Amino acid sequence: MLDQVTVFLENDKGRLSALTRVLSDADINMYALTIAETSDYGLVRIVCNKPEEAVKALRAADMRASVTEVVAVTVPNRPGGLAELLQKFEELDLNIDYGYCFSVAGEEAVDVLKVSDAKRASEALAAAGYRLVTSEDL
Amino acid sequence: MAPHEQLEAIQLEGIKKTVINCYENVPFYHELFDEAGFDPYAVETLEDVQKAPFTTKQDLRDNYPYGMFAVPMEDVREIHMSSGTTGIATVGGYTEHDLDFWGDCFARGIWYADGGPKDVAHICYGYGLFTGGLGAHHGSLKAGCTTIPMSAGNTERQIRVLREMGSTILMCTPSYAMHIADTAIAMGIDPKKDFHLRAGIHGAEAFSDNFRRELEKKLDYKVLDVYGLTETMGPGVAIECMEQNGLHLAEDHFYAEIIDPETGEVLPDGEWGELVLTTVDREATPVVRYRTRDITRIIPGECACGRTHRRIDRLHGRTDDMLIIRGVNVFPSQIEDVMKTFDQISSWYQIELTRKGHLDVVTLKVEPNPNFDFDEVRAIEQLQRDISSRLKSALSVGIRVRIVEPRSIPRSEGKAVRVIDNRGDDQ
Repeated sequence: MLDQVTVFLENDKGRLSALTRVLSDADINMYALTIAETSDYGLVRIVCNKPEEAVKALRAADMRASVTEVVAVTVPNRPGGLAELLQKFEELDLNIDYGYCFSVAGEEAVDVLKVSDAKRASEALAAAGYRLVTSEDL
Repeated sequence: MAPHEQLEAIQLEGIKKTVINCYENVPFYHELFDEAGFDPYAVETLEDVQKAPFTTKQDLRDNYPYGMFAVPMEDVREIHMSSGTTGIATVGGYTEHDLDFWGDCFARGIWYADGGPKDVAHICYGYGLFTGGLGAHHGSLKAGCTTIPMSAGNTERQIRVLREMGSTILMCTPSYAMHIADTAIAMGIDPKKDFHLRAGIHGAEAFSDNFRRELEKKLDYKVLDVYGLTETMGPGVAIECMEQNGLHLAEDHFYAEIIDPETGEVLPDGEWGELVLTTVDREATPVVRYRTRDITRIIPGECACGRTHRRIDRLHGRTDDMLIIRGVNVFPSQIEDVMKTFDQISSWYQIELTRKGHLDVVTLKVEPNPNFDFDEVRAIEQLQRDISSRLKSALSVGIRVRIVEPRSIPRSEGKAVRVIDNRGDDQ
């Protein structure tokens, strides 16, 4: 399992820039950043090297930030790689709240998925032979 | 404790003098009484007061600056003015006697809280023309407290003084008390341990029971509501006792009526309406049947504390704070009460009114609490919908709820700005 940082930001000029400044000042390196936006606000999801410290720094800057457990899993970098993984979720009857691609390198891609039961999903995926990425791997 | 009949005798004697004093020394009242056919020399009972015409804030404004004064200027010791945010200020003048009973009225709140010379009173109402600061100051001196005249602002310094000077009674607006509490907590200070407060006397704006409970929890003290207005004196017209069940009117100095704000008809005890005040012994700027625009009621029956001074209920808002949204009357305090049922959001809010075509659009901005799990858009939208639907069932008005970033709603050091009305602007 992987710790993701979620930040609630108003959909307004300069907010994302303020967020990244806070992380840069706290010497935090990001590996992935994705935004779910509405007309009023956005949720920024970040994978970084020091999630606890990132949340602390963001809260100190009056931003609403929290750590969310997500599943990061390695899939083959070829057509059908993700489809097979999602098939597995369907079999497990696990719903995916949201997801995004974390990295693509050579033969492998890493996908991040938010599921209601991260523990059960991780165990089942590991049992099925999937390689999971943890905070320690980063 | 004086039986109520005794208070009524004091009121009648005082009012007889007040109306004559007004008629003989204030040209405005002379004209007003003559026009209304009210004979100030014919007041025999308290009910006769009902024959007198009302005085409004506009009348006071029209007579700016000294038109409402009933004594020669050499007898005036102090001047206060209302904030005048909506136009010309209204002016209150105080003779030695007026200042003395003002202090006495405010001091009652301190006495209700068993306060006195052993207490350190931390006053962070704004000092100046606003009656909050000096009203509390006069009261604190009258009660013999060690008085720290902080005035408002510089919250970190307020917190330092609260910690280091061992203040036991806090006097400021309720929203500023909350701001002090929240700032202290954010600074890593635990007000429950690091402050020494026993009581807070908070007024100048309406606050809900839930807001009070939250304050009491954070600061570990007892909050007493104080009511007053510059036009009749300042804070101290009515103050809560430790029963926290209504505010005892200083009936030896003010005669209160509750009227229907539409018809002007006097309502029986227990019914909600606009509070109308007549000063009993104010010398410099007496008022006769002044329409406060504050909505309250006389609580029938006696208070458990045994005091005979009648109580007004906690303010339901003001006739001019009352929002008319698509024809429905809404008080900000009602919105606060609904908000407090959601622990995912804090107590800070702002109501924004705009107009789309011919329709009023109300947006309530609220800030999330740290414990709110907001990882998914649908969780936020669900919360917004839940708040909205609870508001709808409580107020019968559709209100759009927007969760905004923490601390993005401006904090105030004086009265909180809760409502922004942009309905006059073209959309």
